[in-house]
Amino acid sequence: MAEGENKGLVLLDFWVSPFGQRCRIALAEKGVEYEYREENLRDKSPLLLKSNPVHKKIPVLIHDGKPVCESLIIVQYIDEAWPDRAPLLPADSYARAQARFWADLVDKKMYESGTKLWKLKGEAQEEAKKEFIEILKLLEGELGDKKYFGGDTFGLVDIALVPFTAWFYSYEACANLSAEKEAPKLVPWVKRCRERESVSKSLPDPLKVYEFVCFLKKVYGIE
Amino acid sequence: MAAAALIGGWPSPFVLRARVALNLKGVEYEFLQEKYGEKSELLLRSNPVYKKVPVLLHHDKPVCESMIIVEYVDAAWAKSGQAILPADPYERALHRFWAVYIDDKVRMPPSISDLLVPSMFGIAKAQTEEAKAESVEQAWAALKLLEEAFEKLSKGKAFFGGGTIGYVDIALGAYLGWAKVIEQMAGLKLFDEEKTPLLAVWAERFCAHEAVKEVMPETEKLMEFAKMRLGK
Repeated sequence: MAEGENKGLVLLDFWVSPFGQRCRIALAEKGVEYEYREENLRDKSPLLLKSNPVHKKIPVLIHDGKPVCESLIIVQYIDEAWPDRAPLLPADSYARAQARFWADLVDKKMYESGTKLWKLKGEAQEEAKKEFIEILKLLEGELGDKKYFGGDTFGLVDIALVPFTAWFYSYEACANLSAEKEAPKLVPWVKRCRERESVSKSLPDPLKVYEFVCFLKKVYGIE
Repeated sequence: MAAAALIGGWPSPFVLRARVALNLKGVEYEFLQEKYGEKSELLLRSNPVYKKVPVLLHHDKPVCESMIIVEYVDAAWAKSGQAILPADPYERALHRFWAVYIDDKVRMPPSISDLLVPSMFGIAKAQTEEAKAESVEQAWAALKLLEEAFEKLSKGKAFFGGGTIGYVDIALGAYLGWAKVIEQMAGLKLFDEEKTPLLAVWAERFCAHEAVKEVMPETEKLMEFAKMRLGK
């Protein structure tokens, strides 16, 4: 084993994954150096399989040889391991519970619902659109007039949600659903987040995401 | 209303998690039992997003989602009792990982708005013998992983949390009442001494714990409730 192999930070990731992007944003917010390793999900590395034997999924953050799995768990770990700067969760325990609740909601709803938008057609897609719009409106309501979901500070909920905004273009192209039209109050929040270097450097080009979605559709045999 | 109140139903494993956490911290709370089949105004107001139990009301402010409540109780009453989550960030990440895994594998049916029978690895819902057998195999596979996790996390002590009940103990232990129901209904052992010896012992220990035994629903009562829900 090479010297220093078990030291430092490695992020096993896949460029288009919103879950991986959450980790990249969190690491950037903390200003922490790490090695980014792109995984080929059709040919997973031995390191990935060893580091996440239960799910064999990215992202995985390996810190001094110890793997942390599940994106929101990774983000909270990053927050707790570097407590001296850029807090990603509020100090107050009630506010923290609220942040976890909304981040968990994003986890439960956004990915599945968003995926249905490009995977389904016809009636099923219409149903998916209704569901997705409901989620957007719920989030819009929760944001209200605040700068970020957590208030003045960019934090867990923002990090959980913002990667999905790179998919808005794809949702519009595939399902004719404009997130901006359906939840206009989120628009300034998206802009505000993208002004942060941690976000702009971590999020992919929406057009590239769309290319990827088109590729997946071919793979799945979807029109 | 007392400073702390918990909206819940006695059969719910999720409600049980909140109760165990509150008991571990010695918190005095009012238990607001929901009427079966009917959601109270208070519940709908306190959890408008999911409209589900448990909801912890602390000075009238609602906290929802069982493991979020557990973590909140740990922080809000940090000075009482033992810590539920470990202090070390890496250990915390491990505990959180296994709690997520547990909820992922011991799946509740989608329509959990009232207190339905948890599908317990899909066993209760299995329509055919083959489906049931497959669900059981998956259950044992998941429990084997949890057995290994127990070995690592407990470090030779009594619970996932070490010497005291911790986050993962609460996450998994909450299902033990229903596990016994499924075992009886399906005629099998889930927490099998031969397959997962450490967990089998842990299960007994968890149920016997001070903070648990008063609030763990009795198997017979759960059986009656299950039969009623399944219309058997």
